[in-house]
Amino acid sequence: MPSKKKTEEIRQGSGNVNEIPRQKPKMDMGVLGRVLKMLWKAYPVLVPVTTFCILFSAVCSTLPAIFQRNVIALIEKYYESGDWSEASKEIIPLVLILVFFYVLSIISITVFRQLIAYITQGFLNKTRRQMFDGMQDLPIRYFDTNKHGDIMSYYTNDIDTLRELISQSFPAIIQSAAIVISVFGIMMWYSVWMTLVVIVGVVAMVFVSKKVGGGSAKYFVRQQKAIGKTEGYIQEMMNGQKVVKVFCHEKECIEGFNEINDSLYEDSYRAHAYANMLGPIIMNIGNVLYVIIATVGGILLTAEVPNLAVSSLVKGAGLTAITIDIMVPFLNMTKQFTGNVNQLSQQINSIVMAIAGAKRIFSLMDAEPETDNGYVTLVNAVVDEDGNVTETAEHTGKWAWKHPHQADGTVTYTLLRGDVRMTDVDFSYVEGKQVLHDVSVYAEPGQKVAFVGATGAGKTTITNLINRFYDIEDGKIRYDGININKIKKSDLRRSLGIVLQETNLFTGTVMDNIRYGKLDATDEECIAAAKLAGADDFITRLPGGYDTELTNNGANLSQGQRQLIAIARAAVADPPVMILDEATSSIDTRTEAIVQRGMDKLMEGRTVFVIAHRLSTVRNSDVIMVLDHGRIIERGSHEKLIAEKGTYYRLYTGAFELE
Amino acid sequence: MFKRLLGCVREYKRPTILTLVFIVGEAIIDVLLPFITANLVNTIKAGAEISEIVKTGILLIVLAVVSLSFGGIAGFTCAKASAGFARNLRADLFSKIQTYSFENIDRFSSSSLVTRLTTDVSNAQMSYMMIIRIAVRSPLMFIFSIIMAAYMGGKLALTFVVVVPVLVGGLLMISRKAMPAFRRVFKKYDRLNESIEENVRGMRVVKGFSRENYEKEKFGRASDDICADFTRAERIVAMNNPVMQICLYFNMVFVLIVGSKMTISSRGVELDVGQISAMLTYGMQILMSLMMLSMIYVILTMSAESFKRIGEVLDEEPALTSPVNAVTEVADGSVDFCGVSFKYSEKAKKYALSDIELHIPSGATVGIIGGTGSSKSSLVQLIPRLYDVTEGSVRVGGRDVREYDIEALRGAVSMVLQKNLIFSGSIKENLRWGNPDATMEEMREACRLAQADDYISAYPDGYDTHIEQGGSNVSGGQKQRLCIARALLKKPKILILDDSTSAVDTRTDALIREGFRKYIPETTKIIIAQRIASVQDADMIIVMDNGSISAVGTHDELLRDSEIYREVYEQQVNGKGDDDNAE
Repeated sequence: MPSKKKTEEIRQGSGNVNEIPRQKPKMDMGVLGRVLKMLWKAYPVLVPVTTFCILFSAVCSTLPAIFQRNVIALIEKYYESGDWSEASKEIIPLVLILVFFYVLSIISITVFRQLIAYITQGFLNKTRRQMFDGMQDLPIRYFDTNKHGDIMSYYTNDIDTLRELISQSFPAIIQSAAIVISVFGIMMWYSVWMTLVVIVGVVAMVFVSKKVGGGSAKYFVRQQKAIGKTEGYIQEMMNGQKVVKVFCHEKECIEGFNEINDSLYEDSYRAHAYANMLGPIIMNIGNVLYVIIATVGGILLTAEVPNLAVSSLVKGAGLTAITIDIMVPFLNMTKQFTGNVNQLSQQINSIVMAIAGAKRIFSLMDAEPETDNGYVTLVNAVVDEDGNVTETAEHTGKWAWKHPHQADGTVTYTLLRGDVRMTDVDFSYVEGKQVLHDVSVYAEPGQKVAFVGATGAGKTTITNLINRFYDIEDGKIRYDGININKIKKSDLRRSLGIVLQETNLFTGTVMDNIRYGKLDATDEECIAAAKLAGADDFITRLPGGYDTELTNNGANLSQGQRQLIAIARAAVADPPVMILDEATSSIDTRTEAIVQRGMDKLMEGRTVFVIAHRLSTVRNSDVIMVLDHGRIIERGSHEKLIAEKGTYYRLYTGAFELE
Repeated sequence: MFKRLLGCVREYKRPTILTLVFIVGEAIIDVLLPFITANLVNTIKAGAEISEIVKTGILLIVLAVVSLSFGGIAGFTCAKASAGFARNLRADLFSKIQTYSFENIDRFSSSSLVTRLTTDVSNAQMSYMMIIRIAVRSPLMFIFSIIMAAYMGGKLALTFVVVVPVLVGGLLMISRKAMPAFRRVFKKYDRLNESIEENVRGMRVVKGFSRENYEKEKFGRASDDICADFTRAERIVAMNNPVMQICLYFNMVFVLIVGSKMTISSRGVELDVGQISAMLTYGMQILMSLMMLSMIYVILTMSAESFKRIGEVLDEEPALTSPVNAVTEVADGSVDFCGVSFKYSEKAKKYALSDIELHIPSGATVGIIGGTGSSKSSLVQLIPRLYDVTEGSVRVGGRDVREYDIEALRGAVSMVLQKNLIFSGSIKENLRWGNPDATMEEMREACRLAQADDYISAYPDGYDTHIEQGGSNVSGGQKQRLCIARALLKKPKILILDDSTSAVDTRTDALIREGFRKYIPETTKIIIAQRIASVQDADMIIVMDNGSISAVGTHDELLRDSEIYREVYEQQVNGKGDDDNAE
């Protein structure tokens, strides 16, 4: 598998620029800020509205406590007289105010919960689409150098962390922070001394949260990694299931798995143990704080220490003694205060995880997209009797390159013929490791050019350069006389059909898959293409014929059948130039003979680049290039090369092992 | 099913029980605390001595410390129990899958098995933690609080008779409505992720056909669709909070109005101020614990799906098992197919093999030729019993393969697969798959026979050379020869090569076959090949066509009698020395 090996090489060589180290979870506020900014930009109106609603509901849930106390005070007042009709005149209005706040609170909580649901999903949708859209524009190099599993986890695990952050953590933080701050203010209003005691407690809580929460976050990130490793192992073993069975290697497999499983267990239980313990610790620090406040309050009360309070300062009353009327609400507030600090501390984990997730998502979003400075486009063309080419909107079956000249503003049209010339091309995937040296290939319209050589000789690389999956370092590639750098990439690729060894089909019907080559193709065109490729025969024998649903990369088809569909897909596109990279490697000789007839028809009048292991496929090519370590060492027709009795001859007679 | 899964708790029963005990302890203290704090406040209000306050304070601190240790220990044991439960689930699942036949695996599909082992187990772990931590605590708190409220509030507690059913009903209704919505969304979400994976894998095709914009639109539509569904489901669940608040507030207003009326009119006989405060506090606790319970209900019902999927894997009966009193000795290398028909699953309409009648004597060399989809591989896979026949029987050494102990049978039948797989590790380690106790000399010998010794010895590290994952640092031909050596190390009675010399050059291929003839004459050799050259000197050549045997005979006989064989031969030979040097 040449392409796979290449991928491996590139991956090792490039040192994985895009991979983000997952070890150290840090509170990277920049990343968090960017998430917030994106959120704000996505919902410039709704985000402030939601924030307001959250704050409002926080206020609404604290205020009623005051009225409750007033009601109780009134009960105590009228307790002696027992006069309900008198008391109700005062109590009922108070309760009505209370009801008013309750209604407001219910409304605001309903609104903000609905808004949060809406914003979270909307934001995730936007992010997902932004990621996907960005990903479509990334160069092939990105996919060759990043593990597909890693890319996938951006869309699954990492997006999930954002969901948690926005739907749970943000509202909880805003709410708790608002309550903490307002309660703190009220406390100061009542008594500065006692507030100072509270602050000491809070410092202890923050310290503990940081220690325990940090430990938990560290193990959560490790757990995430261990899960990835477990998944990798299971995947490898599932792929090799047949080998495992044939060699009765099940026991060894299980042993290997248990090892990985154990280390996952270790990380997982540590992560959760830390997280679980944080709550009780914070809560009980709160309880102790409560006692201390009560005791300190009691001492202040009995010792009649002058109370320093913002309220008395504002009123200009100076220092007054602490009273029981201050003590009781203050104690209640302490409870509320610590309860909310606890709420805040519970969010640490999800924030750390979300930062790690967002970082990886941003690494995908920030990856450098494929550049395209091409301005020569492909248009439908009409050729008049004099051979003049003009542009037309209709489909004529003839194509031309539209070449605007910036200097004089004129436009020239060149008929698309499929003439490809590479001159002295050098190329390397990784700097310093040159893969191609001085490669020159001339393919005239309608010619069939074959590449032969060992794995890693550079056959696939050449085709990667023609369609600009990678850009050359030195030399020139001209297509119908135009430098391919000037051609718009999408138009260049549209004119090149490619069939690869590793066949990728998409979920959908067989018909959908063939139509992928030309989106507006009719059913008849698709069937004609399938017939041309020799695929019609087996497709009609499938349970659903052309409407058979393919899933999981056509898992229900054989490799050979998949290749036939891929050939049909390229055929329906009807491009002037075709690249066949091991296109028939998994088709047996007999079927290939059938396909070959179709292929020959398909290749008629087209320029074709063929890479094949099976030399029989290559034999009738116009030119055969024998590649060795990135250099063309022999070139010529089959007869000429056989007569030369060189490398090709030895390969052909089977004296040499290819690969 | 749940019982079966709970059986996986095993050695983590202790931490589980400890968690329950400590959680109960913590809950009791949690209920006691408000009492004592109220007491403390009353003491302060009454203007008691400092010593009095300190005394209650110390009691409170002691309780806090106890609560802390209970909570902390419970948190720890709970993490241990749930992580351990997950570990056992994974281990059991993986071991179970190892007993599966391909039929079983095909039924689940391997990607779904991976999800079950990862995501589903994680879900199970989380819900287990929830159950032992909160699901015990919340009902406990609920019951305590109800009792306390009834005790303290007297008639006033009747409010809960109204509020609790309303809340429970509301929450149930919401989760009933939300659950199917979520289930639908998650299915769609899985499909979306599959399509992303497809896109990533097929990026060369996408770019090759300039289909970037088409893909963007397609994805955009799917993503929007999911977003809409997801939002709908989430918005249903978001109604939980308001429902809860309405009940809570109704309770408060009711207690305040009715309570104050009762208190004042009766001058504290029927109810006093302290009782009103207690009612407010307990009301809050009752509703909160109900809220928690409803949350757990949602999470549990959602993870019930995961539990179900895990249970399915554990409950699946392996389609292939060794019989009782299995035969452990394979007599010789003879293979007989008696009236064999085979299809991959019961549901499949088409038979992969039909009416196969074939008798191979021990020690024979057999070649199999046939086109793509002619079921050559299906045929040989029945010999080591990778699949069971649908009709008829396959006999090895004169006995039905289903009579053998599977391990004994597979030990006697060595198969080199079409898709060569070597694992990351040294060459030695890979060879030892064939025989864990193989000596260096035995390995050398096997490699010599497979024509692999030369190139392995040429490596600086020789047999200790490290093979990268997927064998990316050896060529296809080298990989194939290594796999043959690995199979030879089993010293099999039957050796099957499923198109496994395709990347080996013709000369080496011939050398390998010659070696087989010379050194393992008593072993039955079954060779599937594309190249006529690989099979033409076999004792018997089988021509497969569309799931049945089209012709059997020697090279010369087939040239005379079989049109298919002749066609292939002419194409390869008359086509001017048409050697397929590689795949």
